Amino acid sequence: MALPQAKQDATDARLAALDLPVQGGWTRAARADALSRLTSMGLPGNRDEYWRFTRPGDLNAVQPATAEPMDESDEAPLYADIDALKLVFRDGVFDAEASDALEMEGIEIARLAEVQEADIHWARDLYGQLEARGQDPVDRPFAALNTAFATDGILIRATGKAAKPISIVYVHERADSDPILHHAVKVEAGAEVTLLEGGAVGARFNTALEADVADTGKLHHVRAQGRNRQRVANTHTFARLGAEAVFKSFTLTLNGALTRNEHIVELKGDDAVAHVAGAAIGDGKVAPMHHDDTVFVTHDAVNCESRQVFKKVLKNGALGVFQGKILVKPQAQKTDGYQISQSLLLDEDSQFLAKPELEIYADDVACSHGSTTGAIDEDMLFYLRARGVPERRATDLLVLAFLAETLAEIEDDGIAESLRQRLENWLDRHAD
Amino acid sequence: MLEIKNLHVKLEEEDKQILKGVDLTVEAGKVHAIMGPNGSGKSTLSYVLSGRGGYEVTDGEASLLGEDILDMDPEERAAAGVFLAFQYPVEIPGVGNMTFMRTAVNAQRKARGEEEMSSAEFLKVVREKAKEMQIDAEMLKRPVNVGFSGGEKKRNEILQMAMLAPKLCIMDETDSGLDVDAMKLVAKGVNALRSPDRGFLVITHYQRLLDHIQPDVVHIMSDGRIVKTGGPELALEVEKNGYTDILKENA
Repeated sequence: MALPQAKQDATDARLAALDLPVQGGWTRAARADALSRLTSMGLPGNRDEYWRFTRPGDLNAVQPATAEPMDESDEAPLYADIDALKLVFRDGVFDAEASDALEMEGIEIARLAEVQEADIHWARDLYGQLEARGQDPVDRPFAALNTAFATDGILIRATGKAAKPISIVYVHERADSDPILHHAVKVEAGAEVTLLEGGAVGARFNTALEADVADTGKLHHVRAQGRNRQRVANTHTFARLGAEAVFKSFTLTLNGALTRNEHIVELKGDDAVAHVAGAAIGDGKVAPMHHDDTVFVTHDAVNCESRQVFKKVLKNGALGVFQGKILVKPQAQKTDGYQISQSLLLDEDSQFLAKPELEIYADDVACSHGSTTGAIDEDMLFYLRARGVPERRATDLLVLAFLAETLAEIEDDGIAESLRQRLENWLDRHAD
Repeated sequence: MLEIKNLHVKLEEEDKQILKGVDLTVEAGKVHAIMGPNGSGKSTLSYVLSGRGGYEVTDGEASLLGEDILDMDPEERAAAGVFLAFQYPVEIPGVGNMTFMRTAVNAQRKARGEEEMSSAEFLKVVREKAKEMQIDAEMLKRPVNVGFSGGEKKRNEILQMAMLAPKLCIMDETDSGLDVDAMKLVAKGVNALRSPDRGFLVITHYQRLLDHIQPDVVHIMSDGRIVKTGGPELALEVEKNGYTDILKENA
């Protein structure tokens, strides 16, 4: 079917400005397939069902709007106390000097840009595969664009329990950078690894993570996005879980002109567990703040558990979006699905739009969902103030309390504390 | 210590006068009790003194140790020495009881230009005082008042009172929802805090709390005014005959 003209034009213009990074190697077929998916679906338009709350214009634009990098030297580096294998990308370009060597016991690590010209690689069975699966039933054009045009990324294959987390550190230095990165993680049976991401990827960026967690494997994913408030971002996390596999993903987002984080999770093996959670806090005073969490969890096996916990704190006209779906296929009996999306609006200019969806075809399942929007509780605020806690600090305490439930989704206390500190720092910087 | 003169208060949102000229003086070292039927304005008085929103002072004044408190924010009043033990202590999920109390103690100290309490010092003091109120370590760790029984909530109020060492303690129906043993425990905690430089304003429906916290002065409040003031015997009279006779003789 032919695309509507506006879509066709936007897609043509965008594609004309991009070059396929490689013509050969093991990614060639996946990139070509992704490109053909993209050209047939086209870039999103304002009327597309999943883009009604988030206008895709800034993501579609041929050139990114400029976004000034921010000086972050006023706070301790993220995960400062966490011993991790550090991999640094500056505006999407790998910085070997600032990075640790790509080696760890029980883990194979390689860079996409370094190995993609080879004829064969283990990641061939993963790269673009989960993204392709994730296109059904909802189009995700930017994910296809990512697979086709990603210039680099980290490929991780865990065969045992990783000795320490792998930490991808993003540094944003150029106001016009537009990186496209694609990471792939394969967790073999019984293996376990923690992947951390932190920092500002670029002025505009498109990142994808494909995570394939085999039977009894475990993947912990913790990410912090910020502080470049003018950024325009679209990220995709695709996960597929085998039997008794565990996948836990948490994202902290600070400000951001446009951040759309998509999670597409497929529970394929019995007794698998997937938790995706996010805390976003935004102040629309200096720059607009728009944050969108779009989640799609598919239960396709027996006795699996999924949790979606997303909370947003919005002020000065910030806007939050949550689109979360649980799809339970006919054979996915004994499903335990949970979804909660909540927002705390600190003033009347801020807004939260939520679209929870459940689609259930099995008859023996427990699925619950809820969504709330509220202001600071006046009784709690007065109680704190009546004890002498100044209004500003009392509000901060209630904001932190509101978000605490999401941070509790992070298993490692040290990592959770690192993010909690980031939130405290943010609150200090946005005291007015 | 606390001087209230001709205090008139109405609800901010509607045209309803609640306090219609309250005059009251609480001296340091004294326990004043306010009794009165439902809707007489007792709780409103406690909220207006502690700075809760939703009320408008239309006339009169209130001062603590000579300082006008009605223009102060709630936190400023707290730092100046006003403490309200809530009738319904608020549950705050996500904020640890200990964190809450330490934040409060140090915020007040900071506001008064005093040195903040170190974690170690605070821990020592809070454990000591918690023990007296039979509050265990688990309750200190839990979020503020979340999952506490009615009695535990009130004990937690008294613990906060002990930690903050206020000048004026206002107790709003502290006996509501308490069984006799819990009431005794709360009263013991309050009595331990009685001192020559601290005043108490105890709001209650019933005489029974006053059996355990002996008042020096008892006031009867009705329709937004204090209509009768007397000694402890006044509370006994209320207990025996109810409010009707007293209100009649003052009508």
